[in-house]
Amino acid sequence: MYKYASPKNFYALAGRLVPWLGTITLLLFVFGLYLGLYVAPPDYQQGDSYRIMFIHVPAAWMSMFVYVLMAGAGLVGLVWNIKLADMLATASAPIGASLTLMALVTGSLWGKPTWGTYWVWDARLTSELFLFFLYLGFIALQAAIDDPRRSARAGAVLALVGVVDIPIIHFSVIWWNTLHQPASIGSLGKIIAPTIYPTMLHPLLIMSLAFFLFFFTVVLIRMRGEILARERHTGWVMQIVRSDANAPEARP
Amino acid sequence: MKTRHKKLFLILGGVAVLTVASILVLNAFRNNLVFYFTPTQVLAGKAPAHGLFRVGGLVEKGSIHKSGGGLTVDFVITDLKKSIPVHYHGILPDLFRAGQGVVCQGRLNTQGQFIADQVLAKHDATYMPPEVAQELKHAHGPGAPVSSTPYSYKP
Repeated sequence: MYKYASPKNFYALAGRLVPWLGTITLLLFVFGLYLGLYVAPPDYQQGDSYRIMFIHVPAAWMSMFVYVLMAGAGLVGLVWNIKLADMLATASAPIGASLTLMALVTGSLWGKPTWGTYWVWDARLTSELFLFFLYLGFIALQAAIDDPRRSARAGAVLALVGVVDIPIIHFSVIWWNTLHQPASIGSLGKIIAPTIYPTMLHPLLIMSLAFFLFFFTVVLIRMRGEILARERHTGWVMQIVRSDANAPEARP
Repeated sequence: MKTRHKKLFLILGGVAVLTVASILVLNAFRNNLVFYFTPTQVLAGKAPAHGLFRVGGLVEKGSIHKSGGGLTVDFVITDLKKSIPVHYHGILPDLFRAGQGVVCQGRLNTQGQFIADQVLAKHDATYMPPEVAQELKHAHGPGAPVSSTPYSYKP
């Protein structure tokens, strides 16, 4: 376990994992979209526009998951000084920001035909928009500090402060009257009496798994880049660069 | 090792304090964070008497009256305890129908009628094919709510 905490070994491990994860992700996306767009029936009151949820719901879930992961990695980096954790936080931020933007845009496109408006300032939508700004703030803060250790520390503190927003997003639909509906899945009662028909639920679950693995594929690729950039003065990186220059087809 | 643990507890303590602080702040602003008031709250005088606000509830069955080429609509909004008549001129969302959850933005006039300038439909987080909805309707008899989870209204 500790063996892979060193950037060199992690770089090699990630390199071996990425093709597998990427392939499974692609297959799940194709299968999930096929089920969601062709097999699943139209909805009794929304018709076909509900299919946006196969993108919207996984993106929204992941936007929160990635932020918690980023804050957790920041905490590990702060307390145990593990470089890899700092790199995980830095590599996650742009992916998390993209997923948040995706959730906001798809939600807005769904809101127009269903609610009758692209945007309202209710608690759920506002707290998710705030999450997007938290990601942007994290990226901007890290980009503004040149020293990698100080940059990681500042980013971790911001991520940990912002983690307060996650329970607010999650519980906003329960705590306040919002236009956004409460969650259709996730509570015990909903497992016994689901409010989503099974043929509509299955593509949603497959798409969620696809988004989950997509994140890990991309974050591993980004972490490999991050490792090379930060360890560029070390011997083993020099060696990789040299062998790459000599035989470009030898390495993927 | 000891300083590390100290650091960990300091950070976790900081996040905990921050969480409690934001919960207190959000609780203090609770009324301002509410997206809509229920008819019960409005009739109890909890909504602004003269200003713009939103009222949310179900469209009462058989209360929809359209006029002026279908663009002007009168209906009654209810939370199954109290109800308020609503007058609206404009385009309604596709999901607007009797029994549907809606949120109307506007103000009360002196006759106690709510003059809306925007009507939004609320989705009930229920998804099923039309055939299944039809079957459910037959099973529960005509006019029964299709949704298996009717709205619960919070005070």
